[in-house]
Amino acid sequence: MFPTPIEKRSLPFNLSYRVAVWIALLLWLLPLIAVMMTSARSMADINSGNYWGIPSEWMLFENYTMVFTQTPMLRYLINSLVITLPAVFGAVALSTLAGYALAKYKFRGNVALFAAFIAGNFVPFQILMIPVRDLTISMGLYDTASGLILFHIAFQTGFCTLFMRNFIVGLPDELIEAARVEGVSEWQIFWHVVLPLVRPALAALSVLVFTFIWNDYFWALVLVQSDEVRPITAGISALKGQWMASWQLIAAGSVIAALPPVILFFAMQKHFIAGLTLGATKG
Amino acid sequence: MQKLHSKQQQWMPVLFLAPAVILFVVYVIFPILQSIWLSFYEWDGIGEKTFVGFSNYLELFDDYQFWVALKNNLYWMVFFMLAPPIGLGIALFLNQKIMGIRLVKSMFFFPFVISQVVVGLVFSWFYDPSFGLFNKAIGLFGIEPVAILSDENWVTFGIIVAGLWPQIAYCMILYLTGLNNLNPDQIEAARLDGAHGWKMLRHVILPQLRPATFIAVVVTVIGALRSFDLIATMTSGGPFGSSSVLAYFMYEQSIFNYRAGYGAAIATVLFLIMDIYIAYFLWRMLKSEKA
Repeated sequence: MFPTPIEKRSLPFNLSYRVAVWIALLLWLLPLIAVMMTSARSMADINSGNYWGIPSEWMLFENYTMVFTQTPMLRYLINSLVITLPAVFGAVALSTLAGYALAKYKFRGNVALFAAFIAGNFVPFQILMIPVRDLTISMGLYDTASGLILFHIAFQTGFCTLFMRNFIVGLPDELIEAARVEGVSEWQIFWHVVLPLVRPALAALSVLVFTFIWNDYFWALVLVQSDEVRPITAGISALKGQWMASWQLIAAGSVIAALPPVILFFAMQKHFIAGLTLGATKG
Repeated sequence: MQKLHSKQQQWMPVLFLAPAVILFVVYVIFPILQSIWLSFYEWDGIGEKTFVGFSNYLELFDDYQFWVALKNNLYWMVFFMLAPPIGLGIALFLNQKIMGIRLVKSMFFFPFVISQVVVGLVFSWFYDPSFGLFNKAIGLFGIEPVAILSDENWVTFGIIVAGLWPQIAYCMILYLTGLNNLNPDQIEAARLDGAHGWKMLRHVILPQLRPATFIAVVVTVIGALRSFDLIATMTSGGPFGSSSVLAYFMYEQSIFNYRAGYGAAIATVLFLIMDIYIAYFLWRMLKSEKA
């Protein structure tokens, strides 16, 4: 292990390390702590510039109620779910099929196709913007959830296919061969042999992609414009324009927007990190 | 029967791949080509397109705003490179087994999980000229308040710092994973040889962390070139376009100035710059695949 385990150091060193870790964490998260505090402040506190001190009165309940009753925040929240859930499902489903084909079948162009998926995943969004926007408009899907969902599925398929392919490559070929010898059809093999084995990967990938799509802002700006469809990221920045002075409301909204990915992250931490660090330990 | 199966084995992968490939081609591959093609046209986004050859690119060359955006992209790339070493530093700091350390590690990762829009809002308060924590902090050292986000000399750096926050968290996680998988025998052997601290880090640990470093550098460069959300939420490219980058400049020209052809040319330039890194990444990835 590196650095040297702290237990092997002197007692004072050991103790001060334990304290230092928590102080460092506090400093690191200071901006977030401030936002959470601000979401519990009164308007009077905001006006008098008490942004960072202890709130003079705790308005947690009032502020969060107000966000939901006075602003379209609830609508944005629902919109984000309506967009994100099907998009995650679609991207993961398509890429499991594609990843399986790339991992377990030998055919010409296999590597080239794999490379195209990886490369596509890194392109700047701006090179896609105008054509994707035009395409969405011409399909009559501009300013609809479907327009955003379709795009997210298509784009995330790149990363998801990379992920699934790398996972499936590790599955033993013998299982598939054995099923073939038994006369099981290719589709049945996928459904009954491969799919049960990739369940952990599906969970990990879903959480990760949920976060990516939930946090998307660019496409929410480009493909959507009305409050009826707008997801929470674009919603909150629209709120900022309208409620400029009511920082406590923007803060409450920010906390709400951040919550779903944060909760998912804590629930599925190990998988989430395994997905993000894909390839960080080999190669 | 056997024959049917081998035939099935030939066309099934096509079926498995078809939905993903079709969507990917329609929404990613084809639009890239279309954007490049559009960059040779003068177009307001709605009406007739007029072929203008390279004139959009020539205009870019003379556009002051383009050079500002390009220069800012360069700043992003240079200063974003602080993320891997700082991330490594934090990872080394946290790589201990004390009570609660798992919670601490995941809390450190927090900034990466939340939306950049939220990060942007948080840092906007942080920099608030009258009440912001930043000005309170520098006030302790007797420095006059600076309105970071409306000062054209400081604005880009202010946004980069906001962007570094989640990026460092990401690099930290990459390194923590790498540190988890170090070869203990090598470290023990080096310890017996009397290596420790900096020497150990340089000659034993860092070489083993090379895969993590590679990924950290790639995602950091791509992240720097992709920067858009923070600029859009914190400054909209202002003041006077001084915090713009190519990604934002393109968006502004196409959506607000109705210059889709010009925007496509900006996007193409950004794409070409990015290609260098994409190609490098692919090359490395496919090489390790063969090994």
